[in-house]
Amino acid sequence: MRKLTSFAAGLLFGLGLLLSGMANPAKVIGFLDLAGAWDPSLALVMVGAIATALVPFTWARKHERSLLDAPMQLPTKRELDGRLIGGSLLFGVGWGIAGICPGPAIAMLLGGHWQVVLFVLAMLGGMLLFSALERRRAC
Amino acid sequence: MTIDWINFTPWAALAGGVLIGAAASLFVLLNGRIAGISGLLASLLETGGEGRSEKLLFLLGILLAPLLWMLFATLPAMEFQSGWIGLLVAGMLVGVGTRYGSGCTSGHGVCGISRLSPRSIVATVAFMVAGFATVYVLRHLLGG
Repeated sequence: MRKLTSFAAGLLFGLGLLLSGMANPAKVIGFLDLAGAWDPSLALVMVGAIATALVPFTWARKHERSLLDAPMQLPTKRELDGRLIGGSLLFGVGWGIAGICPGPAIAMLLGGHWQVVLFVLAMLGGMLLFSALERRRAC
Repeated sequence: MTIDWINFTPWAALAGGVLIGAAASLFVLLNGRIAGISGLLASLLETGGEGRSEKLLFLLGILLAPLLWMLFATLPAMEFQSGWIGLLVAGMLVGVGTRYGSGCTSGHGVCGISRLSPRSIVATVAFMVAGFATVYVLRHLLGG
């Protein structure tokens, strides 16, 4: 059952990305371009998403098990450190260069554009690089 | 600041956002998991770990969503503004950055803010500011 709900939620998530305009890099950059002709659409994507998810996530915070009796796995880290901020800044620079973030990259992958394939390979490479650096740090 | 009224799509953006929020809500209410795409991808790159099939199926749903979409409508435009060097650099930065920062637009921006997590609020402000600054530099200072 939980596998089915995973797949269904993923499908819905992907449809939302396509409808919202997040899966069009030019539109994302139009949102990030405050100094040019600014397209505020993507701010409304955030508004719609958060307004919808606020009550469900508040419920999730107060429960140990999900409705299908899975353990509730919410992040437990609290610290506002350099890794969080530095990493997010790096992500933002990459997002600003290409107008693509991880969710839309997956949603666009079968769209037949070589640009997405290259971006996803580079992104996975970046994630593997991080893991390799972390392993060295642990030694 | 001038608003680009021609490209402004408030209803599609709001409705798309509601779908994204509903999907993230279903995933946490039913599966107890955060719909953070960078985190899900990264955990599938590692060997082992729990819940691999659930994570994989969620990502598979996103991957296949365009096929479902095409049953009813033509796919929205996907316009790319960077060349291969830009895409390569951007992909690497997104990959490394989301791991150090423990999340991306979905995990921090949607799920994290909806949980009122201070870490996610700080992360979202950081990547938005960096995104605004990067586009400013590339478009207006370097004039690309």
